[in-house]
Amino acid sequence: MISALFFEQLLNGLQLGVMLFLMAAGLTLIFGVMGLINLAHGSLFMVGGFVCAAVAAWTGSFWIGLIASLAAAAALGALVEIVVIRRLYDRDHLDQVLATFALVLMFSEGVRFVFGSFPLYLDPPAFLSGPVTLPGGMLYPAYRLAIIIAGLIVAAGLGLLISRTRLGMQIRAGEADREMIAALGVDIRFLYTVVFALGAALAGLAGALIGAIQSVQIGMGEPVLILAFVVIVIGGIGSIKGALVAALIVGLVDTMGRFLLPTLLAGVMEASAARGVGSALASMLIYLLMAIVLVFKPKGLFPANA
Amino acid sequence: MPEFVTEHRLNIVLALILLGGPLIAHFADEPFLVTLATRATILALAGVGLNIALGLGGLVSFGHAAFFGLGGYAVGILASHHQNYEPLMTAPFLINGTNQMLVLWLVAIVVSGLAALVIGALSLRTSGVYFIMITLAFAQMIYYFAISWPAYGGEDGLSIYVRNAFPGLNTLRPLDFFLLCYAVLIVVLVAQWKMTGARFGVALQAVRQNEGRVAALGLSPYRIRLAAFVLSGMVTGLAGALYADLNRFVSPSMMSWHLSGEIMVFIILGGVARLFGPVVGACLFVLFEHVFGSFTDHWQFFLGAALLAVVLFARGGFIGLVAGRARHD
Amino acid sequence: MTEPVLSLSGLSKSFGALKVTDGVELDLRPGEIHALIGPNGAGKSSLIKLVAGELAADAGSIRFDGHEISELDQTARARLGLTRTFQVSSLIPEFSARGNVMFAAQARRRSVFGFFRQVARDKELIGEAMEALERVGLADRAGVRVSELSHGEKRLLEIAMALAMRPRIFLMDEPMAGLGHEGSAKLIDFLDRLRTEAPILLIEHDMDAVFQLADRISVLVAGKIIARGKADDIRNHAEVRTAYLGEDAA
Repeated sequence: MISALFFEQLLNGLQLGVMLFLMAAGLTLIFGVMGLINLAHGSLFMVGGFVCAAVAAWTGSFWIGLIASLAAAAALGALVEIVVIRRLYDRDHLDQVLATFALVLMFSEGVRFVFGSFPLYLDPPAFLSGPVTLPGGMLYPAYRLAIIIAGLIVAAGLGLLISRTRLGMQIRAGEADREMIAALGVDIRFLYTVVFALGAALAGLAGALIGAIQSVQIGMGEPVLILAFVVIVIGGIGSIKGALVAALIVGLVDTMGRFLLPTLLAGVMEASAARGVGSALASMLIYLLMAIVLVFKPKGLFPANA
Repeated sequence: MPEFVTEHRLNIVLALILLGGPLIAHFADEPFLVTLATRATILALAGVGLNIALGLGGLVSFGHAAFFGLGGYAVGILASHHQNYEPLMTAPFLINGTNQMLVLWLVAIVVSGLAALVIGALSLRTSGVYFIMITLAFAQMIYYFAISWPAYGGEDGLSIYVRNAFPGLNTLRPLDFFLLCYAVLIVVLVAQWKMTGARFGVALQAVRQNEGRVAALGLSPYRIRLAAFVLSGMVTGLAGALYADLNRFVSPSMMSWHLSGEIMVFIILGGVARLFGPVVGACLFVLFEHVFGSFTDHWQFFLGAALLAVVLFARGGFIGLVAGRARHD
Repeated sequence: MTEPVLSLSGLSKSFGALKVTDGVELDLRPGEIHALIGPNGAGKSSLIKLVAGELAADAGSIRFDGHEISELDQTARARLGLTRTFQVSSLIPEFSARGNVMFAAQARRRSVFGFFRQVARDKELIGEAMEALERVGLADRAGVRVSELSHGEKRLLEIAMALAMRPRIFLMDEPMAGLGHEGSAKLIDFLDRLRTEAPILLIEHDMDAVFQLADRISVLVAGKIIARGKADDIRNHAEVRTAYLGEDAA
């Protein structure tokens, strides 16, 4: 009984990890290639969720909603890059933080204006809405399992993109030496727009996928964004591999921490106190982990520019 | 702008406007406007705190709301223990609640200073983007802790039934409380002004501009930055303490990253590293919120647009536009 | 023979497969100017960085004033009296020339935690700064912001800052770089007199300056010292001439 619950939480941790990877991958690419810190990434996550929920409700199909959310996030990302972001590449980090924070405010209110303040709901596709029987006999929601698998496929796809394609080569070169690739005649502006749109699409995908598990609401992107920052700090800014490893670690530590800490503490203090203290400590766990990693490796586990 | 509009003269004018406005409102029997001005003054103080780290030190801390919130909670917790006649702690030594502002402020400053020491000591080992993200992450940690810790209201926050006491004043009167907050702001501004031209201020600005050179001269950039970060946290913590009394309420939202961002917005609107930058910025922000907020619920959209415009086109903020580039030496 | 103030022994540093410093031995005696020359890419700047503490050596020892300093960082070495000037001027851009030197004087006093007394009215700091600026000939430009100084003036300001530190030794990385003919002549004169205050380890490309000033010259090629001696010995040294073939050894 206990071990089934344990295993279920483990899988939930993997699922969270995969979601964080989708967010972190985009963030780390954008920072690695363009040197830009993008606070509006959480807003792209939110837009993905809203578009998916709205289109799915309108057409009755989750899949059409998903495709629409990818397209919308990528398009919005490209638009924002062209109109605003590209003016920020030469600016210092403070300007980038403030400008993207301004975008967060504008996106949040914009979405609230279009969709109202109440959350939207999204149903997973019919064939995934039930449980699946895993080896060993335990049941696990099919949809969550599908997210894990989808996330790992995307990770593999990104890995192939970076290592095998021309775009990937330009990305790697851009991470190593921004000025050089411009001098070599690569169309920087187009590359940057593509990278930004790609990051946006990944965020939108994450938002759409999570929409069927939690509700879709304004501000849903913010906790995820902060966790994604923690992931890329732990993993090493600019590294996709680092983002994957760190995302899985963070997802597992967070989920298992929330699950185990109150139980462990219940052994030494009375139940309601254990719950309170346990969940307080669990919410801090990830940040403690980040602090510990930074003490030993100030540039993260897999720094891209070693 | 004409030559006689120096930054110094502009600052004096701004200080007088900030004092005069609420006085006029008081005698025109508009206590709400006095309270609004008090809000601006307190937020300005929070911005002044951040500006020490950000403007002078070049440290882009996106987690200053943590200090604001800690200062606020220091007041909230001690005041609530006082209200309930319950000591905070009986062992190993007795700590009672209190409602004396001077004591509460001291506690708020010490608590936020200690937090800034710990967070700063860890975060300042990194730089650039890492630093921004780490300060943000630490603030979030404290935010989630405040939400989950069951004892002091969690997400719902904590109320202070009666505003705390200050000798000689009736703090419940809007004007009295405003004048108190205004005095605190002016004292801090004068102290910052002095500090900027003193050896510490000079060293901090040198570290911001050329860290390598400072190290080559035998000074430790890390220690200088850490000291600035702690001072900065203490001032923002004091602002949080005042804010708790203003609203007679503290909640985890005082520690949210939105608030960290807003404090930065004050600074950029007014002018980064300008002494009165946060003052102007906070006043503009409060005006914006009040005026635009009465037209539409979506006023934050316009705030975002205005912020974006300032960042892209008017980098020096209000003071930059009016008084020109900063002069040094 | 007097005890050297600085002595490097077996100093080595590699970046991956590239050995930028290979078992360097060198010392600096009181009152001397010891010049370090070599073709581009020989590793002169890396050597200065190793001595200053900006880079950590892989092997070897650095003795300064009788102490082993190879484990100390830049800041600690500066405090012991090891002052360096940079090849590319490293100044505080928003401060004036005087402000920069005053800051160096403040740094020498290790005085950072002063919060009230205004630096602009600090007669001691101003006095020391103006003295240093006068010595390098920048006194009339004291109030000018660094960002508005000419390249040559910035090089002189570097030296003024070094003076304000009252060091035990000077590490000078191409101080003549970018100075015109007249400027170089003045600086050569100045450095000649400076050696009595503290010995100078001088990296230079300007051979006029090197041959006029140096008591000893060490030649660095591909991270190794290939020759050492007085000006005439070096001028006629076969390997040195080979190393410089194709280089403008004017």
